[in-house]
Amino acid sequence: MKFLVTVKRVTDYEAKIKLKADKSGIVTDGVNMIMNPFDEIGVEEALRQKEKHGGEVVVVTLGTTDAVAQLRSALAMGADRAILVRSDAALDSFAVAQVLAKVVEKEKPDVVLMGKQAIDDDSNQASQILAELLGWGQATFANTINIDGRTATVVREADGGLETVSTTLPAVISTDLRLNEPRYASLPGIMKAKKKPLEEVDIATLGVDLAPKVKLIGFEEPAAKKAGQKVADVATLLEKLKTEAKVL
Amino acid sequence: MATHLIVVEHSAGKLVKATLAAVAAAQKVGGDIYAVVLGQGVAGVAAEIAPYVKKVQVGEHEGLKDRLAQPWAKVIADAATGAGITHVWGAATGAGKDLLPRVAARLNAGMASDISAVVDDRTFKRPMWAGNITGTVEITTAKKVVSVRPTEFTPPAPGAAGEIGSIDVDPGVSKMSWVKFDAVVSDRPALSDARVVVSGGRGLKGPEGFKTIIEPLADALGAAIGASRAVCDAGWVPNDWQVGQTGKVVAPELYIAVGISGAIQHVAGMKGSKCIVAINKEPEAPIFQIADYGLVADLFKVVPELTAAIKASRG
Ligand SMILES: Cc1cc2nc3c(=O)[nH]c(=O)nc-3n(C[C@H](O)[C@H](O)[C@H](O)COP(=O)(O)OP(=O)(O)OC[C@H]3O[C@@H](n4cnc5c(N)ncnc54)[C@H](O)[C@@H]3O)c2cc1C
Ligand SMILES: Nc1ncnc2c1ncn2[C@@H]1O[C@H](COP(=O)(O)O)[C@@H](O)[C@H]1O
Repeated sequence: MKFLVTVKRVTDYEAKIKLKADKSGIVTDGVNMIMNPFDEIGVEEALRQKEKHGGEVVVVTLGTTDAVAQLRSALAMGADRAILVRSDAALDSFAVAQVLAKVVEKEKPDVVLMGKQAIDDDSNQASQILAELLGWGQATFANTINIDGRTATVVREADGGLETVSTTLPAVISTDLRLNEPRYASLPGIMKAKKKPLEEVDIATLGVDLAPKVKLIGFEEPAAKKAGQKVADVATLLEKLKTEAKVL
Repeated sequence: MATHLIVVEHSAGKLVKATLAAVAAAQKVGGDIYAVVLGQGVAGVAAEIAPYVKKVQVGEHEGLKDRLAQPWAKVIADAATGAGITHVWGAATGAGKDLLPRVAARLNAGMASDISAVVDDRTFKRPMWAGNITGTVEITTAKKVVSVRPTEFTPPAPGAAGEIGSIDVDPGVSKMSWVKFDAVVSDRPALSDARVVVSGGRGLKGPEGFKTIIEPLADALGAAIGASRAVCDAGWVPNDWQVGQTGKVVAPELYIAVGISGAIQHVAGMKGSKCIVAINKEPEAPIFQIADYGLVADLFKVVPELTAAIKASRG
């Protein structure tokens, strides 16, 4: 069974995100970059599924050569090989999905594992778009994945409870937080990762129209909430909620 | 002139109210508004949405009985093609997030996710980086798909009921099938539209903390219960109680955060609340930076006091 796992390089979730003075984007100088946490869960899941079913785990990213660091992290966790689709321009989720469709055409995976959302753009689109472009089944927000023969049965985190769907393979599955807890790369894993194959593809060679369907044209910081007050005790809190805030 | 198609979400035969936020957003652009209701036995849902739109298109089909992204996306895209539709709208609920990007793919349309404001017919604002930044996005394609953050748009008032008609639907070939739904059963109001939300975090120490501390307070207030990611991950409470960047976004009149530190990922899901109360024993906890009223105290001592006081004052 072949797993293709998508990995995006994003700002650390612990980083303080600030706007540049000219509001042209966010400050990235000195901000730590990580593998999107949902993608880390995707890598972990592929490794666990491979332990059960055998096969191969291929990781792919679209981005600048800096994103090699995140591919190496995935290789250090245990992925077999990596693909960098080199692009210096920012891409919208639709373009990402179109490029991934080309990679899928070549790699022919049984399962594409993606994050439910990238924690920088918070778009939550790429996996669903890819599934449609390929005409495959999708299972988003996966909490549990069971693969049996040519069928994946997935428990999904849905509104109001857990929904179970099944889809024939090949399929696209997006990860939710509770699918698994990703392993840490071991020292031997990190050493081995340096020698694993990493293929580089220039995005321009893939014949995809990358013109953005969605352009990010402005950034602002949301209005800061005005500072509140500390109250001394329960009685004061209750009084304020009744007479000042008038919410009780 | 824009013409809109609202994807109507429903559950157990009832309109999901978040759909009305999508209507409100479409109204800001202006133009005729249509709705599409898919499923089986959905006449009641069509009647519920009719007072908000010009026309309701009902697509009933065995193959649409369960809401599965693949067949639903095809049918919605079919309905949005050739009818002069310029915009497809839906709520950014779990169901909408699953479905709408797939509709966009089928229409070869750009999509703006989870918008918080409408600037004009092609330009929208949306939270990014866990709400640290508000981005302005422009959709450049002729057809546009938009999902709407329900807490950011006030549902419109109903008007004269629009016409209800049926459409021919062809769900096509689907690789997906529906197996089951395990609902979280609760007598409490739904988290997404409760007037008061009481949320608990790791400070509660365990699932018993939710039972003995959070539930009585929520009962006294008639409130919904929310939670931080940490406690959902730990399995103390259902996953669908998670409030935050990657969980639910809520904006009640009153949000009480108990034993929650206030990580940006949590704050992203509740900072739009009208009044925020934080109860935490750590004076430096970040939650106090966004709380209207902060009480620095041991939750195990003060929350039962608060519950008792509220009960007493309500007789
Ligand atoms: C990709 C990603 C997505 C995420 N998405 C979300 C999300 O959607 N929602 C979310 O909530 N989190 C999310 N998180 C997690 C988030 O970063 C925090 O880890 C989480 O919110 C912390 O939960 P907590 O406040 O319950 O726990 P903690 O941070 O451990 O805080 C517990 C608090 O309880 C207080 N406390 C302890 N004992 C007492 C007592 N006796 N009385 C009073 N106070 C007490 C402590 O002072 C502390 O402030 C996400 C993280 C990542 C990486
Ligand atoms: N540049 C990229 N490279 C690789 N994968 C990506 C990229 N952008 C998005 N993805 C994948 O798509 C998922 C959803 O992204 P988004 O639609 O941007 O929220 C992410 O979790 C990744 O798995």
